[in-house]
Amino acid sequence: MATKGMRDTAAMPPFKFKPDVTARRALVVVVVNTVIALIITAVNGDALAVNLVYSQCIGLGIWMMIDGGRHVLHPSGWPGAWRMALLVVFAVLTSYVGGSVVANLLLGRPLLASLSNVPRATLGFVLMSLAAGGFGAYYFTSRAMLANARLAQEEAQRQASEARLKLLESQLEPHMLFNTLANLRVLIGTDPVRATAMLDRLNDFLRATLTASRTEASAGRHTLADEFARLRDYLELMAVRMGPRLRYTLDLPEQLARQPVPPLLLQPLVENCIRHGLEPSLLGGEIRVGARHEGNDLVLEVSDTGVGCEPTPTPGFGLSQVRERLETAYPGHARMDWHGQPGGGTRALLTLPWTTSP
Amino acid sequence: MKATALIAEDEPLLAQALQAELARAWPGLQIVASVGDGDAAVAQALRLQPDVLFLDIRMPGQTGLQAAAELADEWPEGAPFPALVFVTAYDAYAVEAFEAQAVDYVLKPVQPERLARTVQRVQQLLAQRQPTVDAFDDATLARLRALLVAGNAPSPATPPRLKVIPASVGQGIRMVPIGEVLVFEAADKYVRVLTEGSEVLIRTPLKELLPQLEPADFWQVHRGTVVRASAIVSVHRDEAGKLSLRLRGRPENWPVSRLYAGQFKAM
Repeated sequence: MATKGMRDTAAMPPFKFKPDVTARRALVVVVVNTVIALIITAVNGDALAVNLVYSQCIGLGIWMMIDGGRHVLHPSGWPGAWRMALLVVFAVLTSYVGGSVVANLLLGRPLLASLSNVPRATLGFVLMSLAAGGFGAYYFTSRAMLANARLAQEEAQRQASEARLKLLESQLEPHMLFNTLANLRVLIGTDPVRATAMLDRLNDFLRATLTASRTEASAGRHTLADEFARLRDYLELMAVRMGPRLRYTLDLPEQLARQPVPPLLLQPLVENCIRHGLEPSLLGGEIRVGARHEGNDLVLEVSDTGVGCEPTPTPGFGLSQVRERLETAYPGHARMDWHGQPGGGTRALLTLPWTTSP
Repeated sequence: MKATALIAEDEPLLAQALQAELARAWPGLQIVASVGDGDAAVAQALRLQPDVLFLDIRMPGQTGLQAAAELADEWPEGAPFPALVFVTAYDAYAVEAFEAQAVDYVLKPVQPERLARTVQRVQQLLAQRQPTVDAFDDATLARLRALLVAGNAPSPATPPRLKVIPASVGQGIRMVPIGEVLVFEAADKYVRVLTEGSEVLIRTPLKELLPQLEPADFWQVHRGTVVRASAIVSVHRDEAGKLSLRLRGRPENWPVSRLYAGQFKAM
């Protein structure tokens, strides 16, 4: 199970050759080889220099074959547990023979000198090399896997925060915020009671926006009643600014009040109605938000009587964002139909699965 | 200093507030009209000819920038053009352009100190103004043109150049090669695409079309008219000083607005 998880996460970032990492590994291998040579010298009493040449030639060969081979077998460097084990055995056997030949060459001995030693001694050395190779492979690979897993996790986190920031930006539109503050500034001097009420609305609206952007986990706890309350905050703020040009109705039947919805799902749609429908119109218009229960569906409707727009609105309209959130919350079980017509207002219909006994 | 002003702001409370702040910052200023949309701003400004215009950027109908451009076109010859002060809550592109063009603007919420500085600058401008001199120096017009470009195109990347224009004709689509187009003319909700001897209508607004045209090939000569530069045969100035041009292959006379007349000075 652990290896499977490791492989999945490790597969994400592609392998890159890093000279500093490779140099550090080579150093570790050289140190291990030296330790092995010291042990052999202590046990057998041969010359240390000779043992060093053998152990470095064999050890470095094993390392190069394993570390290079795993990237040949799999781009991420983790070819799977079985192939890795086979690779280790293969690398140890070939490098033992190859390394010995190279060492003999260096020492000026007959090429196959050390291999024709007493079979028991050769087997012992091979086993020792196998153990060292296996341990080294495990050590280096697991460290690389961990680093890759950390990279993948950081990448996922970065994407999540980018998505949150986008949601926040779309909902905290600076133009709306500064205009609201400008109105508030006027009201403080002329109508403190209304200013206080407006400030409270702004408070609730900001809190809801920040909460919604922080986590989608609050989905399930955010009810339609909450959603409509936040829409009312927003519309009341806009009503102070637009005066009689903005008229609205929010129609939420009592039996639907406790249905859960993703927080501020409808807000971008209402904002569209104002920004693209009512604000450009001299006379303004009316916004209607309603909800109903149809069979197994919860149907939400946002419509306006503003200037309308082309049947295919330009991207950046916030519609794709609403669709994405629906798809995240109810994969394959929710949809949005959107109609627009020049001069005929717009209408968005959202169909969500009905939640029984919420 | 005595002067008259017009305020164009669609939010009633903010219009009142600006008026109140101005009364404190500039007691001699008389607000002759306060309107809530761009079209009314143009109509009232032409009728009342105030000394200063306070124009909100985002308004129903025309934006403040478009209203200013239309006024530059329609303003009667000889009368001094008003000093412009744009008002905005948050339009990053517009503010950048104002800074670049040294055009006066105030940010909402309007703060007294900032407004006082603007008022001082406008007063200086009005004091230096000489009613006899031509109201439109090239610098003013160039500034307005630059603002319009900045205000129209908040697109970060340059869109690809148009090669063919697909236009629906009856049940089918006609592909008009860009090389044949002589004129793009805005007409209500459509844009007329004129070639030698034919005409099609497309729905893409002129301001979305403009960034997709090669600026060396197509020149804007009026708010609603873009012509092929190489097709211009002659430019004519009438008794009132208005420019118009004729194009090869088209019978019409195309008026050139004041804002874009600068490109037709003889070498």
